[in-house]
Amino acid sequence: MILTADNLTVTRGGIPVLEGVSFALEPGRALVLRGPNGIGKTTLLRTVAGLQPPLAGTLTGAGERVAYAAHADGQKATLSVEENLRFWASVFGQGEIAPALAAYQLEGLRTRAAGQLSAGQKRRLGLARLMVTARPVWVLDEPTVSLDREAVAMFADAVRAHLRAGGSALIATHIELGLDGDALDVAPFRAKPTAADDFDEVFL
Amino acid sequence: MIALLKRDLALAIRAGGGFGLGLAFFLIVVTLVPFGVGPQSELLSRIAPGILWLGALLACLLSLDRILALDWEDGSLDLLATAPLPMEGIVSIKALAHWLTTGLPLVLAAPVFGVLLNLAGPGFVWLTLSLAIGTPALSVIGTFGAALTVGLKRGGLLMSLLVLPLYVPTLIFGAEVARRGAEGMAVETPLMMLAGISCAVIALLPFASAAVLRVNLR
Repeated sequence: MILTADNLTVTRGGIPVLEGVSFALEPGRALVLRGPNGIGKTTLLRTVAGLQPPLAGTLTGAGERVAYAAHADGQKATLSVEENLRFWASVFGQGEIAPALAAYQLEGLRTRAAGQLSAGQKRRLGLARLMVTARPVWVLDEPTVSLDREAVAMFADAVRAHLRAGGSALIATHIELGLDGDALDVAPFRAKPTAADDFDEVFL
Repeated sequence: MIALLKRDLALAIRAGGGFGLGLAFFLIVVTLVPFGVGPQSELLSRIAPGILWLGALLACLLSLDRILALDWEDGSLDLLATAPLPMEGIVSIKALAHWLTTGLPLVLAAPVFGVLLNLAGPGFVWLTLSLAIGTPALSVIGTFGAALTVGLKRGGLLMSLLVLPLYVPTLIFGAEVARRGAEGMAVETPLMMLAGISCAVIALLPFASAAVLRVNLR
């Protein structure tokens, strides 16, 4: 099933930030979102993940098929790496966490409390969570922050394996991952100033 | 959902989880009141049901902002919202976990603390029963307050003010059951009112909590 965004307008705090965004993401493909800071990439991703409704336009093939990874990893500091992953696996109705641990080389850390991990290790745990969701569409917001070069390669391998298995990925990132996919620069979709600005002029 | 409950309980009893915070606060209130009131065991006995209920309610209030704020801060609330769990289920489980870690210990400790306040003999059963029926409502209402203020920095004050009026009916009827029980009067009417409030709140408020949480996560 193809994830399609058609003429999407997304809002932050009630104000449109991007309008007229359209893309199609086929299984086995990755789409990399680019654009300057503050343009609305996170807002677009949150909309695709279903955390907020779009102001206009339609989104199909998202909803229950999306696994979302935000800036925050959502791991509990007092639970161990293994307990954190097991929790998310059982929330998504999955049992197996070994492949996720292996993909990000977390086996040696499995009994370590997540609060004692370094920033990069924490990020790897956050990304490993995606693999226990068994959802076909990964929606990733700046996934490589605080990862070293090796860990970025692990991440790129994990995404490639996911694409080969028929999944797809929508990634907002500033670095080159070497993935088989397209790039979408969202800067041209910046929303025009709305009628709210004219509202003041009426009184001037 | 069971996994979420297990995780919340595990988090509560580990270091820094806040388990026992409410219980300790309850103990402090109940031990300090006799010193404040002075050595009048007859007066103490008269105000005991009210003080015990008030102490339990404030102890409950103390830990409310932890219900959702911690999950919001580390991003797991966003991730839970995109998980296959219904939002109503998430807030219900959160309320249940709060009750198991805060309300239930208060219920179990209340008879012991009743001794400190010279609670009259027949009152112990009714105090425990009224707390057992009433504290789940406190947790569910509190979760609604936490959902309303999630994402606000220092939202605890606003939440306390929002939740306080909603707690009043439970407090009135809960304390009334304990007072009438202690004085050997009929308790049916306030007990039924208390049970009715709890049932209504447990049945309806999770929908409201889920709705405001969805809005707050935008």
